[in-house]
Amino acid sequence: MIDCDIAIVGAGLAGMRAAVTIAEKNSKVSVAIIAKTYPIRCHSVCAEGGSAAVLRKEDSFDLHAWDTVKGSDFLADQDAVEFFVRECPKEILRLENWGCPWSRNPDGTIAQRAFGGHSVNRTVFAADRTGFHEVHTLYERLLKYDNVEFFSEYFLTNLAIEDNRIQGLSAIELKTGNLVFFKAKAVILATGGAGRLYGFTTYSHQVTGDGMAIAYRCGVPLKDMEFMQFHPTGLVPSGILMTEACRGEGGYLRNKFGERFMQKYAPEKMELAPRDVVARAMWKEIIEGRAFEGEHGPYLALDLTHLGEEKIEQRLPMIREAAIKFLDIDPVEEPLPVKPVQHYTMGGIHTNMFTETPVKGLFAAGECACVSIHGANRLGSNSTVECLVFGRVAGEMALKYIENVKDVKINQEFLKEEEKRIFDKIGKGNENPHTIKRELNETMDKHLWIFRNGDGLKEAIRKIEELKERYSQASIADDCRKFNVALLSTLEVGYMLDLAEVVAMGALLRTESRGAHYRLDYPERNDKQWLVHTLAYYTREGPRFEYLPVTITKWKPVERKY
Amino acid sequence: MKFVIRRFKDDKSFWQSFEVPVKKGMTLLDGLFYIRENIDPSLAFRASCRMGICGSCAVKVNGRPRLACETQLSKFKKEIKIEPLDNFRVIRDLVTEFEGFFAKHKKVKPYLIANTDYENPIEQLQTPEELKKYYIFTLCIKCGSCLSVCPSSATLESSLGPAALVSAYRFNADSRDRGKEERLKIVSESFGVWRCHSAMECSEVCPKQIEPAKAIQLLRRETLR
Repeated sequence: MIDCDIAIVGAGLAGMRAAVTIAEKNSKVSVAIIAKTYPIRCHSVCAEGGSAAVLRKEDSFDLHAWDTVKGSDFLADQDAVEFFVRECPKEILRLENWGCPWSRNPDGTIAQRAFGGHSVNRTVFAADRTGFHEVHTLYERLLKYDNVEFFSEYFLTNLAIEDNRIQGLSAIELKTGNLVFFKAKAVILATGGAGRLYGFTTYSHQVTGDGMAIAYRCGVPLKDMEFMQFHPTGLVPSGILMTEACRGEGGYLRNKFGERFMQKYAPEKMELAPRDVVARAMWKEIIEGRAFEGEHGPYLALDLTHLGEEKIEQRLPMIREAAIKFLDIDPVEEPLPVKPVQHYTMGGIHTNMFTETPVKGLFAAGECACVSIHGANRLGSNSTVECLVFGRVAGEMALKYIENVKDVKINQEFLKEEEKRIFDKIGKGNENPHTIKRELNETMDKHLWIFRNGDGLKEAIRKIEELKERYSQASIADDCRKFNVALLSTLEVGYMLDLAEVVAMGALLRTESRGAHYRLDYPERNDKQWLVHTLAYYTREGPRFEYLPVTITKWKPVERKY
Repeated sequence: MKFVIRRFKDDKSFWQSFEVPVKKGMTLLDGLFYIRENIDPSLAFRASCRMGICGSCAVKVNGRPRLACETQLSKFKKEIKIEPLDNFRVIRDLVTEFEGFFAKHKKVKPYLIANTDYENPIEQLQTPEELKKYYIFTLCIKCGSCLSVCPSSATLESSLGPAALVSAYRFNADSRDRGKEERLKIVSESFGVWRCHSAMECSEVCPKQIEPAKAIQLLRRETLR
């Protein structure tokens, strides 16, 4: 057993930002950062374009908040958004003070670029490797403190909760295969999104929604899971992200006739309309036959050729490197083949704006949480900074919470039961979990994609039920405990099936179109009935749904045009 | 294509071959996943971003370290030989122990040392020219490729090795940093810059073209000042 004051699960931006806060404020509090990968292998390193913050006179907090609320299709909680935008600038400056190599203006000030749905150049960036530099800055900062210990390559399996209070958690140490109990007065979940539910996705391989699914199974509701973001420009066929900054820096989207088709869909913002709008426009171009046809199916062109080599090399070097390495195409010379790709999980573990979940001592921050500031559609460059802002809040809240916790009592049965569940019960059948995952991916890519309809969603739910049934017969064809990837994949698939069920059922129930959730059979937004958050509670029979009103402070819902 | 993989299980090591159907555009990492998903679910390897930025998947391919995710299979003929990185202890199959590697990195104080106020951060200026002086050295993804080919690290475990020294130089060259002297003291010790034999192998294999050997040269110059 490992004893700590605060356990943080997940070593991406949110988790590490929480840890820095705790270490800065109190050097006596012991912090354990428990993560499935080494910290700098987290998915946050894949964030490219930037982080939004109001830094200059021509911008304002109200404008950032309004852009975010409008982008969210009015599903964001406006009190949380107003709080969030005010905290962003300090986070950018803190990272600066800790060494982040932000890109600069000639006078040495921090540079900002244009991004979709933002009214001014608000996105702070470090070339097109923003997440990478933010992660490395936080990780290296953490090496200064003596009270933060990393437990890398530990895989979360369960949370210990007694009388609605957190007591700790269990995790498998991958190196040895041992199940380890972490006793903790407070736990912060920062485990990221659920992108690998999909096949065509920008996500890293390990983003399987474990933290969300485990919280859900422990009785914490998941909020707004039907809202999945599709990023307009995923490289075909791998799905590798071609940052929105490509368009922020002036890139065009073209169909096979060479037309900048966004003219038809968002004449004012063009390529820099929010992601849901651009992704829908692209899918429409594809469905209506105006896309290119390649060996991997239809695609559209992301044209950067007019930007020139110097600008591309300075502002988008990683994009160029990736396109050359993976496709042998130099964007300086030739447009890139792209199509919309699953990219972000707007929903997540239900928290209030102070990162508190309904369980005492359990906090959640970053993509695994749903505060909600993104509502039905997140604006680009609002997520990395969300991790920073709410990671900090989670750290402070956890610190405050443990002041009044003397000691946690441990249920001795917990670990024994968990040991039995994992090593005795799972994986005794003969179904290949990878096959189940592949079929799940296909179902999500087909029926829970950009355009949805009732029949497709019902078919998806039926398929997910079938896969759950088959999953009960999954096999783990490896008897060695050391770095047992077969066990890991099998556990992950189980989590993904639970989440997929919540996504699909939430999508079927929401009979309207809002932000990234677009129903062909209900194409209008319906504020009368659906200006509410979806809450899904775990039951043995499947999710039970409740709804929660959206908090409106300043901005009444209006028609959303770009 | 035939994948010949050096495997490690229960302190035993053996070579195993797998036949992988290769499509155009397929990477080595895709091939490893093909084996895990269709032939042997126990094949242990690390992978995360699959776009060359997380540093998880460096392995030895036909004798040379590479990121599996960036390695196009079309570059190889009928057979490809895959082993774990050298100079790292193997945990299982292609998965090696990285704790020591990260400990070396930590040793050089790889963070900005400056007088800053946590509660009230202010914007420090840094011109694009100042940024350019160290930026290339911020791109290290800590994949371990450089250490795996470093002859001075092979013969002395406490040797800091190329990646850690790159980090030391990266912060020393940052106009905002005030910790130069502390770091120079560390890298001047026997396991630091003078341990380097200038084999230059690290610069040869770095998937990010960082040239660790150059950073080591620059650090040496600084220690002599």
